Amino acid sequence: MTHSWEEMENPVLAVQRFSAWYGKNQVLRAVSLDIPEHKITAIIGPSGCGKSTLIRAFNRMNDLIPGFRAEGAILFRGLNIYGPKVDPVEIRRRIGMVFQKPNPFPKSIFENVAFGLRVNGFRGNLRERVEWALRRAALWEEVKDDLHRKSGYDLSGGQQQRLCIARALAVEPEVLLLDEPCSALDPVATAKIEDLLRELSSSVTIVIVTHNMQQAARVSDYTAFLLLGELVEFGPTREIFTRPKDPRTEAYITGRFG
Amino acid sequence: MVRESLNRSLQALEEEVEGLGQAVAQALLRALESLKTQDLELARAVVADDQEINRRRFALEEKCLELLATQQPMATDLRLLAAFMHIVTDLERMADHAAGLARITLLIGRTPLIKPLVDIPRMTEIALSMLEGALEALRRRDPEAARTIALRDDEVDALHDQIHRELFLLMIQDPRNVTQATYLMWASHNLERFADLVTNVCERVIFVATGKMEELNVSG
Repeated sequence: MTHSWEEMENPVLAVQRFSAWYGKNQVLRAVSLDIPEHKITAIIGPSGCGKSTLIRAFNRMNDLIPGFRAEGAILFRGLNIYGPKVDPVEIRRRIGMVFQKPNPFPKSIFENVAFGLRVNGFRGNLRERVEWALRRAALWEEVKDDLHRKSGYDLSGGQQQRLCIARALAVEPEVLLLDEPCSALDPVATAKIEDLLRELSSSVTIVIVTHNMQQAARVSDYTAFLLLGELVEFGPTREIFTRPKDPRTEAYITGRFG
Repeated sequence: MVRESLNRSLQALEEEVEGLGQAVAQALLRALESLKTQDLELARAVVADDQEINRRRFALEEKCLELLATQQPMATDLRLLAAFMHIVTDLERMADHAAGLARITLLIGRTPLIKPLVDIPRMTEIALSMLEGALEALRRRDPEAARTIALRDDEVDALHDQIHRELFLLMIQDPRNVTQATYLMWASHNLERFADLVTNVCERVIFVATGKMEELNVSG
């Protein structure tokens, strides 16, 4: 296991010997990893390596899966999010998530973004905040005239994904988790999302799971490589993709795996 | 094993890079032969053949770009392609120096040599053995060998200085030597540069093997 701790004095998320099981099946094995603030961290690895489980562990999404069990700790700004007094709903507000397939609600564009705000009892100017979130998701110009007229379903796949990002951003999360956010999108829509992530990373910490290595190389500052539930290598993206230290990382990223 | 097609392309490319290296070595050997024997025909052939080496260099560079664009290589593959692009440029410039040596043969023409050629063939021999060694180190991805080969550049530099001193003396002794002595200085310069470029190839070998950029023989 190779670390590059020197640049990470204040990790937003600190994963400490985190293991996870679905029933008897162990999917993560004592993973330790620091997620640096206001950077993009990519998690890569072959199917079934545990990358989705790991990213879902960051906001306790796995809790909803029957038979899920975890050991070790994930500290969010020093607080163990698996600790006894932690409210998962509050964690999920501060650590937002966007999924593989865009999942807008069958409501107007405005209501899609306003939803999380209403649930969280937002008391400010709803209109302004919705516009702010849509602008940050680089969607405002394309939808500003149809906010109430069009449903989230009327948008293209790429727009729907940006709508989901706007919905996640509306509640001002500190961390944005994205699980394969572009796998259902064409290259142009993918490029827009990637540009957007770079923009957002100056104010939000981003963790992205992707099976597209070129995407990880293009968009991320740090890359973690998982294999069979184990963290094999973690470091600055430019190093992982030009001179990986572990032969297993080399085999995977050069496509000579298995 | 997956990525068979990339493996095959990289292997074919490497063979061609090595082939280019052999052609460059041949060019230098023939250029020296032309100088020693004052064979103007041979010298003209070396100069003419340089065009073919230039063409092969561009063709190889294009193949590297094609693989970069279509295969998105990473890690060792990426480093190898990046190194090939530099190496073919270095090899092409070495060939220019071989052609430069052949041009000296043409400039001297049939005029009798002002001194027997000893150090220039010696320099050529070292430069060629460095090139052979660098190509072998590339084949074996051997950074240690690359470092050792680069050290030999000092021998070439020492001979270069020695040739200069000797030629200065000849010029001082008899001003009629000046023209040919100047040509021979240029011959020596071509060989000195040739060996420098071999150390560049050695640096690329280290990069391929370790991922680190290491400047070799900076004192030279």
